[in-house]
Amino acid sequence: MYVAVKGGERAIEASWRLLDQARRGDMRLAELSVAQIREQLRLAVARVMTEGSVYDEELAALAIKQAAGDLVEAIFLLRAYRTTLPRFGYTRAIDTEAMQVERRISATFKDVPGGQLLGATYDYTQRLLDFALLAEGHVDRDAAASAAAASSSIQTAASKAEADSEAMPRVVSLLDKEGLIEQERPTPNAPEPGDLSREPLAFPASRATRLQNLARGDEGFLLAMGYATQRGYAHSHPFAGEIRFGTIAVEMELDELGETVEIGDIDVTECQMINQFAGSGDVPPTFTQGYGLAFGHSERKAMAMALVDRALRAEELGETLASPTQDIEFMLSHSDNVEASGFVQHLKLPHYVDFQSELELVRRLRAQHAAHSEDQGTNQRLDQTNGQQEQAA
Amino acid sequence: MNAPDTSLAGASTASYDRAADGYNFAYLDEQTKRMLRRALLKAVAVPGYQVPFASREMPLPFGWGTGGIQVTAAIIGRKDTLKVIDQGSDETTNAVNIRRFFARTTGVATTRRTVDATIIQTRHRIPEAPLSERQILVYQVPMPEPLFRLEPRVAECRKLHALADYGLISVKLYEDIVHHGSIATTYDYPVIVNHRYLASPSPIPKFDNPKMHMNPALQLFGAGRERRIHAIPPYTPVRSLDFDDHPFEVQKWQHACALCGSTESFLDEMIVDDAGKRMFVCSDSDYCHERRGDADFDLPLREAGKGEPA
Repeated sequence: MYVAVKGGERAIEASWRLLDQARRGDMRLAELSVAQIREQLRLAVARVMTEGSVYDEELAALAIKQAAGDLVEAIFLLRAYRTTLPRFGYTRAIDTEAMQVERRISATFKDVPGGQLLGATYDYTQRLLDFALLAEGHVDRDAAASAAAASSSIQTAASKAEADSEAMPRVVSLLDKEGLIEQERPTPNAPEPGDLSREPLAFPASRATRLQNLARGDEGFLLAMGYATQRGYAHSHPFAGEIRFGTIAVEMELDELGETVEIGDIDVTECQMINQFAGSGDVPPTFTQGYGLAFGHSERKAMAMALVDRALRAEELGETLASPTQDIEFMLSHSDNVEASGFVQHLKLPHYVDFQSELELVRRLRAQHAAHSEDQGTNQRLDQTNGQQEQAA
Repeated sequence: MNAPDTSLAGASTASYDRAADGYNFAYLDEQTKRMLRRALLKAVAVPGYQVPFASREMPLPFGWGTGGIQVTAAIIGRKDTLKVIDQGSDETTNAVNIRRFFARTTGVATTRRTVDATIIQTRHRIPEAPLSERQILVYQVPMPEPLFRLEPRVAECRKLHALADYGLISVKLYEDIVHHGSIATTYDYPVIVNHRYLASPSPIPKFDNPKMHMNPALQLFGAGRERRIHAIPPYTPVRSLDFDDHPFEVQKWQHACALCGSTESFLDEMIVDDAGKRMFVCSDSDYCHERRGDADFDLPLREAGKGEPA
């Protein structure tokens, strides 16, 4: 009878073995390789890198494999690995205007300098299950050929874009001359932004801190909250000013060399959302911005992040705070899925002691309650008897 | 560097207990430990005050003891002897898992005997056996803020602590008395540490609260997810909140432990058959075993070394 809480050690070992088997699945089927995940599940890899805060496609793919496709678990694995990495220093801020663009769209202007570039997107697919993909190992020649053609045309477009990189300004800067839209400019003499992975989150949180939090934040949470801002839980009126996805070089200043060196390329998705702003006593009506940035191809995440970022600027813009989506502490405290998943699931841990304490209390309160109502019952009976006696008398 | 060589990853997944090669002693890198120790020193200097710290992602989930694990990792030394309990027991799965984690990443001796341990990491209990000056008790804390049910905003709570404005919690306890005739808080019962700061004792049953008062051992509280550390230094007064006409009191049982016969320990209730028949046994497994003179109890673990506090 004491066995229930004993034998934990052996049970855990057995559970690990079962987990390995369950992850591997049917041994008659070939094992999934990390390289396959990296190449063929690239959007999952992008999400794990973004929320895991590590740009490493191979490790993200490994985490997805190890987590049997549970992306939140994979993100956790990558974060736990990230903790152990030494910090060499900080790279220079990336300039997304210099991005080698694979996809770039604006919903605010029909045509923009640099052009609209559709790239690879699910947006205009008709969501019909493609049963041809069921036929494994079978490569449709026509499909392969057309894919090759498409990718070459993308490359042409991309190389054209690269050549025209000066003609690829941000869409939101086009309205700058009229002063219609606030521009993101470096604050002069701004303090060095904090590093959320090295300092605890504190409130009030600066925008730099907020954006770091949102970049690591759960896509599902941001999606739901961004959606809520569209449905009236914050006053936002968003337009997708620009969404771009492409490759960008990361540079780092090496003190030993005394110069800036390119240390690699990363893929990022950037979203600049344009939102109406009613103006205030001091500021005429204008357009404001929300910003989203994510590793890899992660448009949904970047857009949701931009919506939430804008909602969280309510206080600095002097808007009325009317909704949880504008509450910085509420949003930032609940965005992280590694924290949220851990705490929700910690309810699986034993709570015998707490529950025992509550059991004892509830039993005592019920006993008091019963005694109390019994007293009342006796009093009522007494009243009745008295009444009868009075009638009799 | 302390990063693992990724080319080794996946070389062997079967031997779960092999030493975690490539990781630093106690998993965390030395800079992180220094950050933690600074927070700990501040916490000890200001008893009951919640010190924010840059909590790291650990290889165990948030909410499963990451705060306690980080505190233990920051203070553990090679000569330490570690005991880990969850709900008073060394055998519950999470306690087993955390003990293994430190066995793998530090190689220190582990024990189930309270008296042999120099560091005791705990979730939801304080051991029944009195602690000594050479011991440190590390609590895993889910929610360090005693006011959070009354005021969820962290920024606002910090103000209330700064002003020692604890009216809210007194009103809450008063309302309990009005509704139920007594204070209906049975665990995580709020305390005032060193006559100044209101603190959460973590979800220990209020049965354990008196053990915190003037305890010779150092008590450290780590909340990983909420990124806060607080502490009760040795021999510090800890008062459980109450009223003159409703003094603080602890749970009592009408039963004795079915295994060791103790009438003084915290008892867990077990349902032993389909008819709902109940039995009560000590929640502190080591205490219960010691009382029964169970010599084989510690055999499965390595013999505890005679450790010294870190």
